[in-house]
Amino acid sequence: MTPRTRTTAILLVSASIIAIASFSSLLRVTQLRAGATLTEVLFIPSPKAVKRMSLGYTGLLADIYWTRAVQYFGAHHVAKAAEYDLLGPLLDITVTLDPKLEPAYKFGAVFLAQKPPAGAGRPDLAVNLVQRGIKEFPDDWHLYFHLGFIEYMERHDYIAAAEAFERGAKVPGAHPWLPVLAANMRQHGGDRATARFLWQNIYETNPDQLIRNNALEHLAALRYDEQMERVIDRVQTATKQLGHTPASWGEMISAGFLRGVPLDAKGRPLLLMPDGRVQYSHPDDFPFVQLGLPKNRRTDIVRVQ
Amino acid sequence: MSRILPIAFNTYREAVRDRVLYNLIVFALLIVGSALLFGQISISIERIVLINMGLTSISIFGIVISIFIGIGLVWKEIERRTLYTVLAHPVRRWEFIFGKYLGLVGTLTFNAVLMAIGFFAALVYLSHAFSRPDLYILVALYFILLQFLIMTAVALLYSTYSSPLLSSIFAFSTFVIGTFSEDLHNFAAGAHGLAKWMMTGVAYIIPNFSSLNVISQVAHGAPVAGALVLHNSVYAITYSLVLLLCAAAVFENRNFK
Repeated sequence: MTPRTRTTAILLVSASIIAIASFSSLLRVTQLRAGATLTEVLFIPSPKAVKRMSLGYTGLLADIYWTRAVQYFGAHHVAKAAEYDLLGPLLDITVTLDPKLEPAYKFGAVFLAQKPPAGAGRPDLAVNLVQRGIKEFPDDWHLYFHLGFIEYMERHDYIAAAEAFERGAKVPGAHPWLPVLAANMRQHGGDRATARFLWQNIYETNPDQLIRNNALEHLAALRYDEQMERVIDRVQTATKQLGHTPASWGEMISAGFLRGVPLDAKGRPLLLMPDGRVQYSHPDDFPFVQLGLPKNRRTDIVRVQ
Repeated sequence: MSRILPIAFNTYREAVRDRVLYNLIVFALLIVGSALLFGQISISIERIVLINMGLTSISIFGIVISIFIGIGLVWKEIERRTLYTVLAHPVRRWEFIFGKYLGLVGTLTFNAVLMAIGFFAALVYLSHAFSRPDLYILVALYFILLQFLIMTAVALLYSTYSSPLLSSIFAFSTFVIGTFSEDLHNFAAGAHGLAKWMMTGVAYIIPNFSSLNVISQVAHGAPVAGALVLHNSVYAITYSLVLLLCAAAVFENRNFK
């Protein structure tokens, strides 16, 4: 081995050892700063300022902001966060930079509209976002569908939902069910079958797995609500016929109102509360259900008949 | 032309030998490649991200190369005193400037083609086929080359009378202001009196880079009007020619004694 080769080998081995030390330090730093990359700060809140600073490369910057919005939503969604303060501004900057970025309207509105922890709980911002999208893409019936969906599901404004579905139905190539939905909104205003149709449609037409899973959870919640409603009906019937609220499932079973202790979808017994309410023992396992929740969690949820 | 082309070829050869150039190309290709991964962490914009990131990289790296090599084109020759050898031959000073310009534009075009091949390879990998809207990407690439024509002429003009440091600052500032040219036109439309005239004047004097940027448009598959292609071409060629003539005029009157 020549002196030069030996020196080279020593240098490379030293570099490799130091590289291992460097990577282990970085690994530790990454663990210590978990989540630090998704800072809760919007350094430039003005969409116009961001656009000026893009030097004309608005498309790429919009993609970066959209990805940041997706990552921000995903991180908060997984953490079951109660607040999504930056989501609205991030989406605003995204569509200001690139008004033709269609996914930002469609998915962004879903992110904004749903109640926490599933979403930001800002249907007002969601409606504004979709309306901006409709201005850019007046011939896309999906956006009218999203608008009607938010008005119906989150704002419970059936007339506004019907109007959105009717406008969407006029777009060439629109889904044939849009006029049906509009009619349903106007006539029945919020029945469970319509809700099921809306979520089923989202599940079938949306390519994003996160949103599809969300739609599946909603569909399951509708099913759980139906089952819970049957149990509640039995308790109400028993209360009426016995002349008092049944004290336990045992009393209801012995009186012939039930065959056995009612179970939730996970196989756990439902709880019969002293005031006659029925609730899940682990309500967090049943996202989006509107029935069977503890008293303090029922107030802001509208019951679907 | 017989005297300009050898200068252009030598400039091209010198630029290609520059290792910084290779680093920039490799870095740009890495960014194009990373766009594939970037699209995966977002929703429904894989193709849009790839086009935006690919074309933006080609544009920004080309602009950076045109500035950093452009500003040294004349200055290096003076520093190394090779200029005296060149001018001792039957070569006019304006021919030297035009030769240098063509050499760097050739280098930039070659680099852009290399980066574009990498970009299209990534696009085929993602889409598995070419479609009609992909033709508009070629228009966006052509506009990027027009940007290089102007930016090289700007850098060359500054390099004929200023130091490399100042030339790079001036050239970069010109590029930044040029990206605001449409805003300046809008400000001018809203102003009155002298301010209106001044703003309109500035908006027409500075190079208009904003109309040469259709990256976002083609990323969404939107067509580019034929008239825009024609007028942008005429604008970029004539504007560059004006700058080159100015550079030649400045260089013609410089005293190298």
